[in-house]
Amino acid sequence: MKILTKRNGIIALIILAFLFPIIGQNDYYLHMLTLSFIWAIAVYGINLLSGYTGYLSLAHAGFFAIGAYSLGLLTVKSGMNFWLALVGACLITCAIGFVIGLIALRTKEHFFAIYTLCVGYIIYLVIDKWEGLTEGVRGLIGIPAPGNIGPITFDTAASQYYLVLVFLLAVIIVMYRIIHSLTGRTYMAIRNSEDLAQTIGISTMKNKLTAFVLSTFFAGLAGALYASFIRFIGPDIGSTSIMFDLLMYLLVGGIGTLSGPLVGTLLLVILSQNLQFLQEYRMLIFGPLLTLIIIFYPRGIAGAIFDWKIKRKDKKPPVLRNDVSIKVEEG
Amino acid sequence: MDILIQQLFNGLTIGSVYSLVALGLTLVYGILHIPNFAHGALYMLGGYITLSMMTLYGVNYWFAMFVSVIVVGLMGVLLERFVFRLLREAPPLHDKIAAIGILLFLEAFAQFVWGADFHTMTSPYDQVVNIMGLTFTMQRLLIIVSAIVVMILLYLFLKKTYTGSTIIAMSQSREGASLVGININKVAMLTFMISGGLAAIASSLASPINLVFPGMGHLVILKAFVIIILGGMGSIPGAIVGGYILGFSESLGATYISNDYKDIIAFVLLVVILTVKPTGLFAKGER
Repeated sequence: MKILTKRNGIIALIILAFLFPIIGQNDYYLHMLTLSFIWAIAVYGINLLSGYTGYLSLAHAGFFAIGAYSLGLLTVKSGMNFWLALVGACLITCAIGFVIGLIALRTKEHFFAIYTLCVGYIIYLVIDKWEGLTEGVRGLIGIPAPGNIGPITFDTAASQYYLVLVFLLAVIIVMYRIIHSLTGRTYMAIRNSEDLAQTIGISTMKNKLTAFVLSTFFAGLAGALYASFIRFIGPDIGSTSIMFDLLMYLLVGGIGTLSGPLVGTLLLVILSQNLQFLQEYRMLIFGPLLTLIIIFYPRGIAGAIFDWKIKRKDKKPPVLRNDVSIKVEEG
Repeated sequence: MDILIQQLFNGLTIGSVYSLVALGLTLVYGILHIPNFAHGALYMLGGYITLSMMTLYGVNYWFAMFVSVIVVGLMGVLLERFVFRLLREAPPLHDKIAAIGILLFLEAFAQFVWGADFHTMTSPYDQVVNIMGLTFTMQRLLIIVSAIVVMILLYLFLKKTYTGSTIIAMSQSREGASLVGININKVAMLTFMISGGLAAIASSLASPINLVFPGMGHLVILKAFVIIILGGMGSIPGAIVGGYILGFSESLGATYISNDYKDIIAFVLLVVILTVKPTGLFAKGER
């Protein structure tokens, strides 16, 4: 019975994550972790579409902003209950995502990337200019914290951390279930060759659209959580620089891997917090890093570890139990 | 009526700049099938180099522009040699991400060296001329004329010289070009050089009427993408015509629709085009 199995490792990590507020007792780290968990949820959304289905979407900061603004507007301007507003925000994001996906997915490869880049920019401009609805550059202030569920309140930093953690775990479980199911395999088939997928009878448009809507759902959920966590949102959260940040988290962690988004987001958020003195110039390091990673480790940290494990397994001499089995294999 | 003519003239000016940027983008796309997101950063770099040549060394506007073209052109060559050549066999996703990485780096670099402030570039051609009761600034006329001259030179280079035709050959078929003995790597580097040079010319021309700042390339590059989709990815006449169409629709839209939303026009145009024709307006037969 081995103790250092993958499963035990994951369980240990989850327990550690749950115990962190008790051990850490440091509000700053707690704030940072909560924030990076929120970003990680959005990155999982991008990963589903770009990593597994092969469509690089540059509009997801826009969907993140739609989720955040929907929640903000529903709670601040129509005074809706937080949980209803959260569901509403996700539904609104999905609905917009559905309409955009319906059109955007007619395009392919470069056209899709450019199209979504423009869609993201339009979303940003609309939020920025439509002052009557979104308050424009002044931003939305006074978004309420998550409401109580029965006896559980979300006033403290620790309780918000737990809330986000639970959502993150749920997202990871959903992602795990998706990519290990026929649906996930279908997405990967589309990524590897859309023509081939179509020939074997996959309705590519339907599947791509599902993946797109799901990924906008994650982005919208992250946006809504962000709005209620920070309590203030401005149009900047939909800008292209946020999009490129998210993309970088995904790439460094590992595009098309399950653990990549979390690893990349945690690593880079913590790194850029510690490199705060060069906040403005952090791209001097991260920009070339992004380029180098895509050239030498196209599947990021998670992919590199995975490859290294496979290599090590190959190098290990095969375990010889008895000569008979070898003879059988040779024969 | 005066307003209309004035706006058409403005459209012609903006359109010239857009066309030059889009030409560089479309050349690279035609040859290597890379949507070079870093092109906007090269544009920005061109503006800064011209500006610092003029302010630091006090050289003539045209000489400063020349230096800028050379530097940014070489930058393009470096990008091809050390980034995009390594990714030639990689899936198309990788080129895009590498280009975004370069874009982020160059922007941070510009901010690091020149600061985040907005700079104005003074041009020796800020006189105002009166033609038939309409006022034009000299710089705007200069933009229009220079853009046309550059386009004609580029056309002659591509059509009439041996080196130019290797670029055309490679854009038609990479394997074919390789078979008849064209050195693909050289042509790719040359194309990146021309592309960078065009970006530098465009920004040096446009900077006196706009401002120079680290994010100046953002909108321009997005619009250049709109243009080359409008004109067909990789098509040279398409980029020129598309640039002018966008320039006119923006300047007219700003006057007759809304100045606040003038930047959105380009993107709405693109969204409409791609909605109707997912592969662009003048897409070639091959997919």
